[in-house]
Amino acid sequence: MIENRKYIIQFLIVLVGIIFLVKLFSIQVMDSRYKLAAENNVINKVVQYPYRGLILDRNHKIIVHNTPVYDIMVVPKEVNVPDTTVFCNLLNITEEEFIAKTQKAKEYSYIKQSLFYPQLSNEEFAKIQTRLVEYQGFYPVARTVRKYPEPVLANGLGYIGEVSKRQLERDTANYYKQGDFIGISGIEAAYEEELRGKRGVKYKLVNVRGIEKGSFNDGKFDTLSVPGNNLVSTIDLELQKYAEYLMKDKVGSIVAIEPTTGEILAFVNSPSYDPNLLAGRNYSKNFGELNKDTLKPLFNRPIMAQYRPGSVFKLVQSLIALQEGVVTPSTRIACNRGIINCHGSHSNEDLHGAIKYSCNPYFYQTFKRIIQQGDLDDFNKDARVGLTTWNRYLNDFGFGRKLGIDIPNESPGLVPGPTYYDYYYQKDHWNFYTIYSLSIGEGELLTTPLQVANLASILANRGYYIRPHMVKGIETTDSYYKIQYERQDTGIDSVHFTTVVDAMGEIVDGTARVARVKDIQIAGKTGTVQNKDSFDHSAFMAFAPKKNPQIAISVYVENAGWGGGVAAAITGLLIEKYIKGEVASNRAWVENYVMTKAYLNNL
Amino acid sequence: MRRQDGIWNRVDWLLIAVFFILVILGWLNIYAVVYDAEQEQNIFSFDLNSGKQLIWIAGSLVIITAIMILDYKFFDSFAYYIYAVVLVLLVLVLIVGTEIAGNQSWFVFGSVRLQPSEFAKFATSLAIAKYFSSNNVRLDQFKEQIKSSLFVLVPMGLVIMQGDAGTALVFISFILVYYREGLPSFYVITGLSAAIIFILTLLVDQMYLSIGVIVLATIIIVINNKRLKNIGITILAAVIVIGVIQSVDYVISDVLKPHQQNRLKALVNPDADPLGYGWNVTQSKIAIGSGGTFGKGFLEGTQTKFDFVPEQSTDFIFCTIGEEHGWAGSFVLIILFLVLMVRIIVVAERQKSNFARIYGYAVAGIFFFHFGINIGMTIGLFPVAGIPLPFFSYGGSSLWSFTILLFVLIKLDAHRMQVLTR
Repeated sequence: MIENRKYIIQFLIVLVGIIFLVKLFSIQVMDSRYKLAAENNVINKVVQYPYRGLILDRNHKIIVHNTPVYDIMVVPKEVNVPDTTVFCNLLNITEEEFIAKTQKAKEYSYIKQSLFYPQLSNEEFAKIQTRLVEYQGFYPVARTVRKYPEPVLANGLGYIGEVSKRQLERDTANYYKQGDFIGISGIEAAYEEELRGKRGVKYKLVNVRGIEKGSFNDGKFDTLSVPGNNLVSTIDLELQKYAEYLMKDKVGSIVAIEPTTGEILAFVNSPSYDPNLLAGRNYSKNFGELNKDTLKPLFNRPIMAQYRPGSVFKLVQSLIALQEGVVTPSTRIACNRGIINCHGSHSNEDLHGAIKYSCNPYFYQTFKRIIQQGDLDDFNKDARVGLTTWNRYLNDFGFGRKLGIDIPNESPGLVPGPTYYDYYYQKDHWNFYTIYSLSIGEGELLTTPLQVANLASILANRGYYIRPHMVKGIETTDSYYKIQYERQDTGIDSVHFTTVVDAMGEIVDGTARVARVKDIQIAGKTGTVQNKDSFDHSAFMAFAPKKNPQIAISVYVENAGWGGGVAAAITGLLIEKYIKGEVASNRAWVENYVMTKAYLNNL
Repeated sequence: MRRQDGIWNRVDWLLIAVFFILVILGWLNIYAVVYDAEQEQNIFSFDLNSGKQLIWIAGSLVIITAIMILDYKFFDSFAYYIYAVVLVLLVLVLIVGTEIAGNQSWFVFGSVRLQPSEFAKFATSLAIAKYFSSNNVRLDQFKEQIKSSLFVLVPMGLVIMQGDAGTALVFISFILVYYREGLPSFYVITGLSAAIIFILTLLVDQMYLSIGVIVLATIIIVINNKRLKNIGITILAAVIVIGVIQSVDYVISDVLKPHQQNRLKALVNPDADPLGYGWNVTQSKIAIGSGGTFGKGFLEGTQTKFDFVPEQSTDFIFCTIGEEHGWAGSFVLIILFLVLMVRIIVVAERQKSNFARIYGYAVAGIFFFHFGINIGMTIGLFPVAGIPLPFFSYGGSSLWSFTILLFVLIKLDAHRMQVLTR
């Protein structure tokens, strides 16, 4: 009797199993109610792209903002297009394109969303929005692209583009997903982490036809996107616009710095491009064209172009010589044109006069005194000691190395040192007579316009500079913090600047008269970059006012001839514009003079 | 004396095979729950439940090895000690345990959490097996019934005090052991009848049910029994039944906690409040029902993600199978469990020692209750009770406790022939 109970128990177990199977059969196979309910119960995960931070100018005027566009995404598995022709007309694509795009999406993933048609503008999307819901498997995703109210500062701002495979692999924090945008150059790249913000996710209940039924679970699982931080740039938008206007049809660059802070007021590359070209659907096409342009609008001249500094460099030589004690302001040296040629009529100037007349023999001798200080009996070994000392000064001036501006791709320029000459002439087989062309800023020396503008800053500050930068502060939703930069000293005592700066002040009354502005004392120096096969480059470097300087500036105009010409004219106009707010009407002729010089057309 | 074969030649390979199939299917299923097509995920990633479950599975392999190495007499000899230790732990957890999800049933050591009630089932199984096998227990005697039932009622009471009604419910499974060992049918029939009447009361209006009972009693009296004594018994039974019916309201509203009341209401009529107390059952049935005959395919489920179904990795794991593998998948799963449980009983019945047989029935009963209650609740046949589906629900405590239960039986079975030579 009790033995039978094992069968009863086994029967009971099997019975429960059968009851389950019957019940499951009824709800899974017989009853379609649950399938319908499930269809009304699908969750769509919608990525909320954050607003990329704005970039403002120093007066909080908007330089870069965002504008909405719509990406059309496709999930190949869900696609159902009854009439391809109608659909293609809707998006204004050919049937071949349709097939190609669908194929590409399928190759990426059959079940995952991928991009079908990028960046429809607000107006374009409004036109097709109501029709689009008829086509299963296509979803619009709102996102934003960069918009530039003024087409300026393109090279400084940089641009954003789709994140590359390599960047995705390196992105260990898993912030980026395929199709995301990332800053590629300029400020956009340098401040990517501030600007990008944080993606959010919204879960929406939709039925199988993609019609929204509201948020899921009252948004309990949603995360809000966090907008990126705004950048307060150091750029003065008005000055920037004016500077770019003046550089029309010219090749070159302008860098203007506020000397006391290192803030870059204007950063001009010419020729440049409208930054709006690289924001939006035609990015790749436009990028290709810009990349092929022989005038290289993508080449960021203010920090990438390297020129021989020329006469501007005589200021640096003066300061080093004074600090080393090898000359004094009253040292006179004969203008012996037998060793090195010179220009203008002068014969035996002191330092002041030598700077004013840009006397080549004077600086030939000065440099010789710096290099060959007689510390060692061996003339060649003595030159090594002198050049090492000289290198140290130049390094402190920011030459021959990257200054560390806060945007990528800065060139270091070139300051040859002992190892450089060892390589070319063997160790200790060179001396002053091998390297004398450095004395007047020629030879192997290369500097960037940024380094020259920084030199103007050093002169304005009488001995120090702040690392030049384009962004001064970061604005979060509820706070602002200023980025701190430390003062960099050149090691030149401020007393030595008096003679140099005084001489610079007279240049505007002499060779560079075109730069003169009423009521503003400008201290400047011309620099003519000699070219073998073409016109010289016109260069001018200045700061103003001489007392309590507000702006330091370097202007390079390629193939425009002598530095006292168009480069000095542009410098004067920009100083006037920045300090006075506008250019006086009696100086309209200067602007006119600059604008008629379309050197680009002469090439 | 029998030739000493290696232990692996004497184990029941069918049970071991079913065990591994269930564990592997369970693991894949846990991955399906956390799978998100938008993200590149690796099933082995320790960030995911599937990766962590793999650690638990590795742990259970260690446990299996340990059980197989131990002397088979250990479990018999130490049954009471193990039981005592677990009882102490059950008391301790009430004092120093951590409350998680309303249950004061966890010990937390850093990142490791342990639920002693999971192991209480095992310890109780050993203890009653030891008690019945070493004493000549006569379960037809009322005194013995009371005495032996304490082995179950004490841990059950402690688990109820932890607030874990689901696990406590599993202790009722020991009634199968008592029944097999000679408990009069009267108890089982009475218990079943009470449960059926209780559930009927929920489904049918009490007034109609009472009238039905009176009509039924009258018919029985009229047709069968003209004898005065039988009429008396029938009337007495009817009065008791009507009393039970009328007391259901009281039990529901005054004895059960509000969430338990809701679970009963949801069982009876889930559509009354589909977004409130009916949510679990409604969503669970939608998920399972939407699977159709052959399911949506592995990792293709839409309803068992985003917490549509609550506790989808643990208590409601069956939903994922129902949704992704349909009726066919559910069929395979249920057959696997039936094979497991019936095989356990067959193995139990072939034991020479009473200890092993009784232990085997305890194991069968525990698996049966977990299987029945867990799947029953997901398809709306049983009120929601938070107990895991063996080998499928995510979690180390439950996986390990089921592994121990099963493999101790396999170990005892492997030595069944040695009992005679003792």
